[in-house]
Amino acid sequence: MSNNRMLTMAEAIREAMSIALDERPEVFLLGEDVGIYGGAFGVSGDMYHRYGAERVLDTPISELGIVGAAVGAALSGMRPIVEIQFSDFTAQAMDQIANQAAKIHFMLGGALHVPMVLRTPQGSGTGAAAQHSQNLEIWFASVPGLKVVVPSNPADAKGLLLAAIDDPNPVIFLEHKLLYKSPGIDPVPEGSTRIPLGVSKIVREGGDVTIVATGIMVSRSYQACKTIATEGISVELIDPRTITPLDMKPIFESVEKTGRLIVVQEGPAHAGFINEVIAQVTGSPSFGSLIAPIRRLAGLNIPIPYAPQLEHAAVPQVEDIEAAVRKIVADWQ
Amino acid sequence: MRECESGDMSVKQLPVGHPLSSPELANHALLYMWRIRKFEEAVEELFGRGMMHGTMHLSIGQEASPTGVCMALSIKDQITSTHRGHGHCIAKGADLTRMIAELLGKKIGYCGGRGGSMHIADVETGNLGANGVVAGGIPIAAGAALASKMMRTGTVVVSFFGDGAMNEGAFHEAANLAAIWRLPMILFCENNRYGMSSSTAKAFAIDNLADRSKGYGIPGINVDGNDVVAVYEVAHAAVSRAKSGQGPTLIVADTYRWKGHSRSDKNLYRTKEEIEQWRAKDPIPRFITSSLKAGLLTQEQCDAIQREATAAVKSAVNESLRAEPADPLHLLEAVFKVNTP
Repeated sequence: MSNNRMLTMAEAIREAMSIALDERPEVFLLGEDVGIYGGAFGVSGDMYHRYGAERVLDTPISELGIVGAAVGAALSGMRPIVEIQFSDFTAQAMDQIANQAAKIHFMLGGALHVPMVLRTPQGSGTGAAAQHSQNLEIWFASVPGLKVVVPSNPADAKGLLLAAIDDPNPVIFLEHKLLYKSPGIDPVPEGSTRIPLGVSKIVREGGDVTIVATGIMVSRSYQACKTIATEGISVELIDPRTITPLDMKPIFESVEKTGRLIVVQEGPAHAGFINEVIAQVTGSPSFGSLIAPIRRLAGLNIPIPYAPQLEHAAVPQVEDIEAAVRKIVADWQ
Repeated sequence: MRECESGDMSVKQLPVGHPLSSPELANHALLYMWRIRKFEEAVEELFGRGMMHGTMHLSIGQEASPTGVCMALSIKDQITSTHRGHGHCIAKGADLTRMIAELLGKKIGYCGGRGGSMHIADVETGNLGANGVVAGGIPIAAGAALASKMMRTGTVVVSFFGDGAMNEGAFHEAANLAAIWRLPMILFCENNRYGMSSSTAKAFAIDNLADRSKGYGIPGINVDGNDVVAVYEVAHAAVSRAKSGQGPTLIVADTYRWKGHSRSDKNLYRTKEEIEQWRAKDPIPRFITSSLKAGLLTQEQCDAIQREATAAVKSAVNESLRAEPADPLHLLEAVFKVNTP
């Protein structure tokens, strides 16, 4: 029965946090409304009732203070998981994230380290407009000293979160709001199992086109792959799962096999994470295997708009990915 | 998380107690104020001779505050410090050679040359680190105090910061968290009257910075920051309060930095007369007078203590100058801590 257990991503994350709280007395969760409310997106759920007010710690609306308190607790023997209600609000806490947590181990000569996980929902599609819908993964990826995890499904979210909690470094764990209620494709393993940070996953094997996508774009790409497969085009879909560290090896190998590469991200194209993937491919021996120019699908360089049809147009959708695959195959035989 | 437990036997607990309660403690208070003064003078000289690069923030004139506070702390109690942090480091018990070596970019420096003046931490003496960001250490101190409370270690955390930090959001958020969670924490403001060039008169609409405590429901105490005895007394009371579960205290210590904000400072925002007035309130001769009057130290002993501090700093400088420079070979491996289960 454990082989086909389907959970939503919110349930999988709650299960991972509960396992960590059960296993290690130094782990605790803090954030705005994580207690009796159960979290703004219901992720902590009933944990307050199971672990009590000290280990599921409600905080005032003080993002900078909360993250700073997590940093200080992490320096002093605790292992905090801090939840920020929307990734957009990490802007309020950026000094503690980028100047303190990220740099302490390096800057202080290795004397101290910060075993902290910052979980936060990101992304568009909920009609919450520009200050509640951004994909900010590149902010964190551009700061040395932060690990950045972008889970795309419940099983990965559970294993990656447990690994993130074990990690002695600050980890930014970016959860997509639209995935919280989705059951994903694969069952979620029972028990305390980890997925190491820095290992890309081949979600689907294929020979004609390679797609590299993260977060919500993995499930959109997967859906596109299934449709396109009925047209006789086979797509290899790779999910790096962690942006920092980044495992490029399966991407190089796939490009050598397919000769065509499409990279997909939700965040704006300008200076986005996928540009790093493109740069590494073009600078590698795999570049010689490409038979088509690399295709980039990303959010428009605009704040996320409110109205549904405007928001829909702001980031790549399943039909955009399908069209890009058809075109790259048609144009480059 | 700390690399070494503070119970490490190689690091000695510095004397704790009232500076005027015994000859040993009077000796300690005077010695450590002199160590800070002589350290800062040596740093200024090394900069002047072009032997140090980067910048520096000297705490000459402010020696009584860190010394008085740290005499109320055990080695397991923690502090967070500021960009003007040499004094806090020394008062908590840091090694002078490793400090100077860090400023000189040497391998044996506290940060292996990766941090410099504004990023010295000394885990073994409970120093969670200086900070290059104004108010950056205050929320961190609140978190360390939260850990103390959750782990029931019985330790207290002192966050040192300047008057400028009290206008940062980080101060407000951390003070409130400490207050609502009744954390074992002391918010210690060294009010040296200037945030770089901005005077407290320009940057605050209140006269007494300690009044801010009322907004958090915690005590706010004023103290003469150039009187090591008075500083010890208020710090000791706040430590006792914190350790008995009554929560945080805000202490505002009035003091003055004799030197500019950093080495680029031309002192355009204050007068020579003002600087002279504060030099007359030098914390070191004031404490010498008290110690002589109390019969705890003789003039000869005071002179010998000064010579001892001068010699300690000189030897630290000489050893550091001879030390091997930091090399860039392993920088990439230093960013993340390797997971060792």
